[in-house]
Amino acid sequence: MTVLRKTALYDRHLALGARLVPFSGWEMPVQYEGILAEHHAVRKAAGLFDVSHMGRVEISGPDAVAFANHITVNDVERLKPYRSQYTLACRDDGGVIDDFLVYRMPDRLLVVPNAGNREKDLDWFRRHAVAYDVEIRDLSQESMLIALQGPQSEQILDPLAEAELDSLRFQGFVVTRVGGIDARVFRTGYTGEDGFEIWYPAEHAAALWDRLLESGASRGLKPCGLGARDTLRLEAGLALYGHEIDDSINPIEAGLGWTVKLKKPDFIGRDALLGAKREGVERKLVGLKLLERGIPRQGYEILHGRVPVGRVVSGAISPTLGLGIGTGFVPVELAEPGTGLAIGIRGRHIAAEVVKLPFYAGSRK
Amino acid sequence: MNTPSDLRYSAEHEWVRLEGDIATVGITDFAQSELGDIVFVELPSEGDPVAEMGVFGAVEAVKTVSDLYSPMGGTVTEVNDDLEDNPEAVNQDPYGDGWMIRLKVDDAGAYTSLMTAADYRSFVGA
Repeated sequence: MTVLRKTALYDRHLALGARLVPFSGWEMPVQYEGILAEHHAVRKAAGLFDVSHMGRVEISGPDAVAFANHITVNDVERLKPYRSQYTLACRDDGGVIDDFLVYRMPDRLLVVPNAGNREKDLDWFRRHAVAYDVEIRDLSQESMLIALQGPQSEQILDPLAEAELDSLRFQGFVVTRVGGIDARVFRTGYTGEDGFEIWYPAEHAAALWDRLLESGASRGLKPCGLGARDTLRLEAGLALYGHEIDDSINPIEAGLGWTVKLKKPDFIGRDALLGAKREGVERKLVGLKLLERGIPRQGYEILHGRVPVGRVVSGAISPTLGLGIGTGFVPVELAEPGTGLAIGIRGRHIAAEVVKLPFYAGSRK
Repeated sequence: MNTPSDLRYSAEHEWVRLEGDIATVGITDFAQSELGDIVFVELPSEGDPVAEMGVFGAVEAVKTVSDLYSPMGGTVTEVNDDLEDNPEAVNQDPYGDGWMIRLKVDDAGAYTSLMTAADYRSFVGA
């Protein structure tokens, strides 16, 4: 039997009437009031998410940057202190091990892996660290990560934060105090909206959670669960590991070729990704918009004419657009926006069209 | 959880109201609450035959899709077209505005073999 882990906000979730579900070994809120209300709150005002299930791994030592550059596809050398970079760790064959943000502190790096990949990433990092003078530490247990997302986020957090938030650019972060407690505030998110992720000591997290909900209520702030997090990230065209990327998909296929910096002389997966970029790939990730009523779901067939050409990897109703949207892999010749396809839903072929990602561009700066 | 005592219930979380040989079918308050926000309801057409415990449609919530099973067999005489534009009626009023189909039943006697409200409440552990 697997014992599910609980975050330091577990009692708060229960008190707020959350529906809790198992997620990557954690018992996490999937919704409080309802996915639609929470989704709209983030698009129009703000939402508060417990994302403490995400990993937090610190890489320090003289070779930290060289090591990170070896195990990731983006260029950490070009990352300035107090900035973050979206990147991937790939296998030798180019398959994606994980996607994450790397944060650069003056003397160390911080990596935030997906909850379900934390242990796999740590093993991979440690296995490849032998030739480098680095220390890899898993800090996931010691802290909480709270995400505040939506156009009202800055107004809600500003009165509690010592640092000036209006000068903090997207993908930047600051070491400051929030509610009088030492915190790291990252201007980032997974919703397409402006917002912050706050790294906070576990013993103070519940007090901060309450304070933010209280002070944000008049601005429309709602507690939000993983359900809304998923519909928000899908509308924003952001990849989710296990759907748009996994170890059998390379970044070029997934539309993440921009993260792969082939000018770097050496990193794991470089040869395979160089080949994929030069020779091209056979399939590509596309956004799919349904032209008739229906909702694509993971695993549904994508058809061209009557011929199956791929499968849906993520699908949902788009609460913002009010129609079914999804992503899936199709042959490159069918990946152009405007291409007419269909989704097989309960024996019927529902008309769909390839569209450019994202489906919806939010307030993200 | 609301389970009106004048209705009968199925193990697939549908309710039935029988008036003469016409059965009205919908999903229970428990089911709508478990599903969360309902965003799309797929229903049959008038005149379609429906078998007892046969699939007559599907209900899509944001995260999940579930088949709809008819607790009684018969022929569809009416479908709730309002759900096309207002699927949230199933969440808000599952036994009223959220009804789904009406059937002319093949065997009205089958009604009494369905769960009573008390049976259903103990079935879902409420």
